[in-house]
Amino acid sequence: MSATPIATGRSTSGIPTGRLAVWWVIASEIVIFGGLLISYIMHRLAHGNWAEQAAHTSTWVGAFNTLVLLSSSLSAVLGHKAADAGDGKKAAKMLYITAFGALTFVCVKAAEWTFEISHGYTITSSTFWSFYYTAAGLHALHVIAGAIIMLIVAQAAKRNQHLNRVELIGLYWHFVDLVWIFLFPLLYIAK
Amino acid sequence: MTEAAVPALHDEQHHEQSFGQKYLWSTDHKMIAMQYLFTGMLMALVGGFMAYAFRMQLAFPGMDVPFYGIVSASEYNALVTNHGTIMIFWVAMPVLLAAFGNFLIPLMIGCDDMVFPKVNRLSYQIFLLSAVVILGSLFVEGGGFAGAWTAYPPLSAKAEYSQTPLGSSLWLVAVALEFVAFLLGGINFITTTMNSRAPGMKFYDIPMVVWMIVIASVLFLVSVGPLIAGAMMLFMDQNVGTAFYDPDRGGDPILWQHLFWFFGHPEVYVVMLPAVGITADVICVFARKKLFAYKTVLYTAFGTGVLSFTVWAHHQFIAGIDPRMAHIFTVTTLLISIPIAEMIFVYIATLYGGSIRLTTPMLWALAFIAEFLIGGVTGIFLGASGADIYLHDTYFVLAHFHYMFYPIAIIGTFAGIAHWFPKMFGRMMNETLGKIHFWLTVIPFNVIFIPLFILGLAGQHRRIYDYTNFPELAIQPLQDLRVLATVALLVMLGAQLIFLYNFFSSMFKGKKAGKNPWNATTLEWTTESPPPHGNWAELPTVYRGPYEYGNPDREDDYWPQNEPV
Repeated sequence: MSATPIATGRSTSGIPTGRLAVWWVIASEIVIFGGLLISYIMHRLAHGNWAEQAAHTSTWVGAFNTLVLLSSSLSAVLGHKAADAGDGKKAAKMLYITAFGALTFVCVKAAEWTFEISHGYTITSSTFWSFYYTAAGLHALHVIAGAIIMLIVAQAAKRNQHLNRVELIGLYWHFVDLVWIFLFPLLYIAK
Repeated sequence: MTEAAVPALHDEQHHEQSFGQKYLWSTDHKMIAMQYLFTGMLMALVGGFMAYAFRMQLAFPGMDVPFYGIVSASEYNALVTNHGTIMIFWVAMPVLLAAFGNFLIPLMIGCDDMVFPKVNRLSYQIFLLSAVVILGSLFVEGGGFAGAWTAYPPLSAKAEYSQTPLGSSLWLVAVALEFVAFLLGGINFITTTMNSRAPGMKFYDIPMVVWMIVIASVLFLVSVGPLIAGAMMLFMDQNVGTAFYDPDRGGDPILWQHLFWFFGHPEVYVVMLPAVGITADVICVFARKKLFAYKTVLYTAFGTGVLSFTVWAHHQFIAGIDPRMAHIFTVTTLLISIPIAEMIFVYIATLYGGSIRLTTPMLWALAFIAEFLIGGVTGIFLGASGADIYLHDTYFVLAHFHYMFYPIAIIGTFAGIAHWFPKMFGRMMNETLGKIHFWLTVIPFNVIFIPLFILGLAGQHRRIYDYTNFPELAIQPLQDLRVLATVALLVMLGAQLIFLYNFFSSMFKGKKAGKNPWNATTLEWTTESPPPHGNWAELPTVYRGPYEYGNPDREDDYWPQNEPV
């Protein structure tokens, strides 16, 4: 395979190419979640009775997951700091902690959904539940994908390779966090 | 990495590549551009064949169409649906955006490749997969999706309405894959142009076509998200049993229309801007003149992009939206014609006083301006909600649409191919054949669609399989117009054989082009034709703007961007 092109190493804008690209990825994701959430909000405003359905979601479970996800962003930041200092081992460790947060989040989500589905609140129960499972499901897919990428980045960081990628996955992770900050009040708190 | 490291790096890369590595698994932006171009051309043949089949049915109802057979009512619906889908998503976008974007961006901004070559390769592979899925969907049980390219629910959401349970889901999957491919490609285009320009190339030194492709990529990236979300919901309505779009169970079918057109209208500009950019470059080269008001064109394109997000509901004037909303969207829609009209004036001003050479690419570029103007003017009628209520869903809309997209996707593309063919393949195309092909494409195009304007004004509704069941539409004068349009289509499709012959014979037997056959100024003309792997032995440096023609202080009438003073 050919070597990395010269183009990749250039930085006319002053922003490193990788960071620039991740920002554009995030921009494209914002509009995906934006479209979904605005559809939900418009529906919600038009259907006051969805509040009865929303009352069956568990705010405490949602709040616990919010705490987990926010804390995992802290370790992502610490990982970035370590990577900047050139300490690949520590950066990798921080990423593993972050990925563990992702795992916790997904497990809690799975238990929560199992409970809800067994009580008869499935994706086809009503349009509220359809949005609930679709939006949170799409977000969970991003959590899983982010965690997998994070493990790959951590593997390389451990050997002090591609340390700039620690920052990039961190950026993406903050975005995944931020989406949840929108989902939590919209799906759990508003009742 | 420093520029000095270039030659050493190239020797390493010049090892022998196997056929698969070179043509199928390449990360070279030029090869990926060719993959997109040829896939797009192949899909254009498919889309054109579909148009042939259903136009024959409309002109000669119930006829046993040669090479196709009898077009049944459900096949007719599948044909028009997939004709639209394929022509927009698998012809216009891959050729205008992906093929020209991949080929031109690194060459015109003076670097050796895209910033993420492997992502670029992945983009094409996903695109190819999407093409396979959409073609495959035509042959599954029940046939291809038949709910029109806009896929409005409930027709698209429920198999008992569309009668194509598998076809509609596969259609959705194919479109979604195509979006992923273009998101990956678009991020590459934007990042490359932002970060990898040649030393000295400032914002206003970037050729207009590169700007337009990048602005189009940004527009696509920002507009497609809500539709991805909407497509996900539609897919779940089809396959999981949710009711996002089902009013009986608390959903709303108009939601899809909002999500679709929030993307769908910017999408017009996504394919339009590259064609406008190609035209700008071609006109400057063959009028031997600087682009009139470069910055104005650029700001106009930005303005168009922003405005394009505020017009979408003009597609929904009769969908039951609030009439006060309709007023707002009428105003924004009429506003957006101002920047477009301005671009056309700028091009005319560029031509004024130039020393015009009527080569084949120039003919295409001039035809683009003229034909696109008709498309734009007829759009004013449809943008005004009062007129649109009468014209909605008639052939007037269809003809207007094709007067926009045909100049964009066909005329603009031919301008680009004719202009950059020497750079792509190192040989010239035959000018005589090129001109014959030009006239036999542009004249029949008008003869196809002007009758459709008249039919639309006469009240002919779209999506009708057989007009003999409508006494007021089955009258002879209207039928004559349908036959006229179909005959013109046959002539036009036949003329494409001339193009194909010219394209492939010139590729192998054409006159050698040399580095710069058109005496143009932009960077791609400073390297070999076709450019080697890595594009230049030594990457260029830029000293001036892209359109320095007719400078009185110089002996040559052009001044390449990379030549020091």
